[in-house]
Amino acid sequence: MFDLILFLILLALGFGFGQYLEKRHYKSILKREDQLRHIPAIATKYLPAEFLPCTTTVVAGNVVISIDFFKKFVSGLRAIVGGRVSSYETLIDRARREALLRMKEQAVKQGANYVFNVKMETSSISKGRRDSIGSVEVLAYGTAIKTVDC
Amino acid sequence: MILTTLESVPGKTITQHLGLVQGSTVRAKHAGRDIMAGLKNIFGGELKGYTELLHESREEAINRMIEQAQSIGANAILNIRFSTSSITQGASELFTYGTAVKLD
Repeated sequence: MFDLILFLILLALGFGFGQYLEKRHYKSILKREDQLRHIPAIATKYLPAEFLPCTTTVVAGNVVISIDFFKKFVSGLRAIVGGRVSSYETLIDRARREALLRMKEQAVKQGANYVFNVKMETSSISKGRRDSIGSVEVLAYGTAIKTVDC
Repeated sequence: MILTTLESVPGKTITQHLGLVQGSTVRAKHAGRDIMAGLKNIFGGELKGYTELLHESREEAINRMIEQAQSIGANAILNIRFSTSSITQGASELFTYGTAVKLD
């Protein structure tokens, strides 16, 4: 009985805080994406011929985001019937966008105006089966290029 | 030392190719951080401790790669890639590699 009550409390906490944190995070992502739109992140390897950059530096941004208890429970249910696990989709989406933003922020600090050859690396951090920590790490990296005032 | 994820550095020519250089580090999280992470797992959100830890480890891996490149006389590392793998429970390896070259 006590276990059930604890479980329900955790579920409610996870639902409440999880939704709140996710909404807040999306809000901040959207705001910062607008601010950093002037720095394009480009996935191509080759620089256009007219670019003669003076500096190139590697910039990277990483983030670790954890799933909440409610979403973990829902995804567990989803695993029974199969299909889209939307609770994990938003988690990874948030992590990717956040990592890209952090990379761009670093590029801004270097005074760069383009980021070329952007690569993303995703890995999951788990602590074993019993008390597994459902979290995902995303690293975004690329070459920041400054094209004006050498 | 020029570090880049591109295959060449624009405006410079490669005079000597020195082969692959790499740097790696294996890190474990300490128990305090694990407990905090366990709590965060209920509420969701960013695990700042882990973000920092992985960031530091990656810097370490990059530094090791740079040391190796310097020891063979390179002045740039091109086409850098990062990769992460978990070796055992609670520890992960951060690995970075690239091509060491001598530029004009």
